[in-house]
Amino acid sequence: MGRYVARRLLQMIPVFIGTTLLIFLMVYALPGDPVRGLFGDKGGSPQVIAALRHQYGLDQPILVQYWDYMKGIILHADFGTQIGSGRPVTDVLGDAFPVTLRLGGFAFVIELVLGIGLGVFAGLRAGRAADTSVLMVTLLLISVPVFVLGFILKWIFADELQWLEPNVNDPTNYGELLMPAIVLATASLAYVSRLTRTSIAENMRADYVRTAIAKGLPRRRVVGVHLMRNSLIPVVTYLGTDIGALLGGAVVTEGIFNIQGIGGTIYQSIVRREGTTLVGLVTILVLVYLVASLLVDLLYAVLDPRIRYA
Amino acid sequence: MRGARSAKWVAMAAVVALGATACGGGDSDSKGDSKAAIDPNGTFTVESGEPQNPLQPANTMESYGSIVINSLFTGLVDYDESGKIVYMNAESIKTSDSKTWTVKLKSGWKFHDGTPVTAESYVKAWNWAANPDNKQTNSFWFSDIAGYDKVAPEKGKATATELSGLKVVDDNTFTIALTTAIPYYEYKLGYQAFSPLPDSFFKDPKAAGEKPVGNGPYEFVSWDHKKAITVKKYAGYKGSNAAKNGGVVFKNYSTPETAYEDLKSGNLDVTTQIAPKDLPVYKQDLGDRAIDQAYSAIQMITPAFYTKQWKDIDPKVLQGLSMAIDRDTITKTVLQGTREPATGWVAKGVLGYQPDVAGDVTKYNPTKAKELIKEGGGVPGNAITIQYNTDGGHKEWVEAVCNSITNATGVKCATDPKADFQADLDARDAKEVKSLYRSGWVLDYPVNANFLRDLYGTKSSGNQSGFSNKTIDADIAAADSATTLDDSVKKYQEVEKQLVNYMPSIPLWYYKVNAGYSEKVSGVKFGQDGDPILTGVQVKKK
Repeated sequence: MGRYVARRLLQMIPVFIGTTLLIFLMVYALPGDPVRGLFGDKGGSPQVIAALRHQYGLDQPILVQYWDYMKGIILHADFGTQIGSGRPVTDVLGDAFPVTLRLGGFAFVIELVLGIGLGVFAGLRAGRAADTSVLMVTLLLISVPVFVLGFILKWIFADELQWLEPNVNDPTNYGELLMPAIVLATASLAYVSRLTRTSIAENMRADYVRTAIAKGLPRRRVVGVHLMRNSLIPVVTYLGTDIGALLGGAVVTEGIFNIQGIGGTIYQSIVRREGTTLVGLVTILVLVYLVASLLVDLLYAVLDPRIRYA
Repeated sequence: MRGARSAKWVAMAAVVALGATACGGGDSDSKGDSKAAIDPNGTFTVESGEPQNPLQPANTMESYGSIVINSLFTGLVDYDESGKIVYMNAESIKTSDSKTWTVKLKSGWKFHDGTPVTAESYVKAWNWAANPDNKQTNSFWFSDIAGYDKVAPEKGKATATELSGLKVVDDNTFTIALTTAIPYYEYKLGYQAFSPLPDSFFKDPKAAGEKPVGNGPYEFVSWDHKKAITVKKYAGYKGSNAAKNGGVVFKNYSTPETAYEDLKSGNLDVTTQIAPKDLPVYKQDLGDRAIDQAYSAIQMITPAFYTKQWKDIDPKVLQGLSMAIDRDTITKTVLQGTREPATGWVAKGVLGYQPDVAGDVTKYNPTKAKELIKEGGGVPGNAITIQYNTDGGHKEWVEAVCNSITNATGVKCATDPKADFQADLDARDAKEVKSLYRSGWVLDYPVNANFLRDLYGTKSSGNQSGFSNKTIDADIAAADSATTLDDSVKKYQEVEKQLVNYMPSIPLWYYKVNAGYSEKVSGVKFGQDGDPILTGVQVKKK
C-alpha cells in the first residue's frame, strides 16, 4: 500500500509539469499582451511599457519564463506576481480559494447526501413508479442549463417569495450560499443518483446479495453494508473527479450569484492575459484533481476487499 | 467603463475595454430630499469592481480604480457640470505665455495622516510618477513638462530623475514650465495623475497602493480584496465638495445583472450601469430613481488609413458610408436608448462642443450616400469589414451598422470579431486592421482639444489609424499656440469643423449613463466622466 501511494505521488510530477507547461504555452500563444492591455485605447508611454515587461520577465523567451516560474513555485512556493495589481498571486489565491472551498464543499455535501439518497431510493424500487419519478426529476435537472436554473431559483425565492437574498453579499454566511450551492450541485447530483440507481439495481440481483438475504441478515445490513459498498465504486469515481469540477468550473454559478471565487478569477485572468495568475490557479486545481483521484483509488480498496494494492 | 453594456461578462471585461479614464467629477449642489430626514453620517454602497492596479493616483486608468482614487484625492482643479474649471486645492493658476504656469495653493490643507499639503507634495509626486522606473501607467501625462525627455528618454538611459520644468518657489507656490505652449493646460491638471502625495507614500509606494493616504473628501478605511473597498468621510477636509454622507462602500460585482438585483432587494444603493436584460424595465422599476444622462464619451468607427483600401481614399466615400448609417434607429432599437446619435467628433459636455458640426454627414440619407460613394470613386473592393472585440457588448450594434451600410449602399459589409479587447488592441497596434475598426474615446479633461488633438494629430498617442493630414496638423499646432484658452478652444472648433472634409473617423454616437439608486439615498448625480458624484449623495435616516 505504501509503495503504491509513493509510486502514485511520483507519477504526479510529470503530470504536474506537463499540465503547467501546456497552460503556460497556451496563455503565451493567445494574442494580446497583459502590459499593453493596462493602457487601453489611450496607448501608454513606451518607456513604462518596456520597464513593466522587463520587470515581469515578459521580454524573455517563453521557456526561460517557464523555468523561472517553476523555480519560484518549487523553491519558494512563490506563484509570481499579478501584473495589473502587483500583488503576489498567492494573495490573490488566498482571497478566492476559501470562498470557493466553502461553496464547493457545501455543494459537494448536497450532491453526496441527496444524490446517493435518491439513487438508493430509486435503485431499491427499480421499475416501479418511485423509480420512474426519480428518473424524470434527474433527467430534468441534467437537461436544464445551470444559468437557467439559477435565474429561476432567484426569481422564485428572491424576487417573488423574498425568502432568500438574491446574491451572496457575505461568503461566510451559509444561508446566502444555500441557493448557489444547490444550483452548483444539481447537475452532478442528478448524475450521482443515476449512477447509484443503476449500480444498486444491478447488484440487487447479484449472487452475494441473494446469499446475504438467504442467510437471514436484516434488510438494513444487506443494503447498508453488502449492497452499498459494492455499488458505490462507480459513484466514488465520479465524485472524485467532480470535486475538481466544483472548485474550478463554477464560473457560471459564481457569476450569477456574484461570488468572487476561483471561477471568476480564472475568467478574469484569461481576459487580462494574467498568465502567472492563471497558471497558479490551474496548478492548484491540477493538484486537487491529482490528490482526489489518488484518494478515489485508495477508497476502492476500502469499499471492495477484492481490490488490493501491493 | 460603461461603454460596454451588453455582454454577459461585461463588468469584468469592461475594466479593460476602452481603458476608460475618469477625471474628477464636478461637484454639484444636490437638492436634499425634504420628505425624509438626512443622516449626515450615514454610509451607502456603490457598485464597483476590483481595481486592476494598486490605488496609486498615477497608476489608475480604469474606472473601478478611478472612482476610489477620486474620492480619496483632490487635486488642484476640478470641473463643474458645464465643463468649466473650478479651483480646488489651487488658489490660483496663472500664466502669461501658456508655457510657464505658476500654481498657488490654498493653505491649511492636510493629508489624512495630518501632514500638510505643500507645493513639495505636488512636485515630488509628479517627479516620481514621471520616472519610468516607477512604472506608473499614467506617466505620459507628464510629457508636456520640460525635462520629461531627460527623465524618460525614448532611447538610452535617463540622464535626470527630476523634471527640470517643476520648481518649488515656497511652501504654497510652484511653477510648471512646459516644452510648448498649451493654453488649456490647467484643464489637464484636473486628471487624477496630478494628485499630490504625502511623504509617507515615497517610503513605501507599494504599501501606499494598498492603503492610500490622500487629501480628498474621503479617507481610506479598508480594502477587502475582491469584495469591497470602504472609505469614510474626512472631517478635516477643506474643499468645497465636502461629503454630505458618512462614507462609501465600493462593492464588487462581476455582472451588472446581479448588482441590479441587489439594488432592488436593498443590498446596494447606487448602480453605475444597467444590464441589457434590465434596460427595458428599469425605468418602471425605479421610477424617478432611474438615471438616464449623457456623459462625455463617443463611439466611432475608424478606417485604418495604412491599408491599401483607405490609403488614398476620397473622403467623400467615407462621408457616404457615414450617411448610410441609420443612427437614430440603431440607438433606439439595438442599443435600447443607451446612446445618443453623434453629430460631430467632440462629445457633449465638453468645453467647445458644437452641435451639428458634421452637418448632413451624420444624418441618414441612403440616396445621398450612394451618390457620394460614386463621386468619390466607390469603396475599393466594394466591401468593408468592421473590427471589434466580442467581450465588450459591441456585436449587436456593429452588425446593425453593417446591415445599414449594405442596405443603403450595396457595399458589402462583414464584421471582423476579435475574441477580446486585448486581441483587438493587438491588431490595432500591429497595424493589422483589415478595413475599419471600432474605437471609443472618453474624456480626460473637458476641453475639445482632448477629442481632437489627442486623436487626429499625426503623432498623437491616441491616433492608431495612421490618419495624417498636414492641414489638420498645422491647425492643431496653431490652436495649441493660441494665447488664451478661449482663443484656443475657438481654433479647435475650427479644426472640428474641417474634419468633415477629411473624415478621420465616422462618429456614431455619444454614451449615456443608465443607472439607478435605492430608496435609502437621495441627491445621486453622475458627472461627465460617467461616475456618480459621491460627495453629494445624502443618506436617509432609518
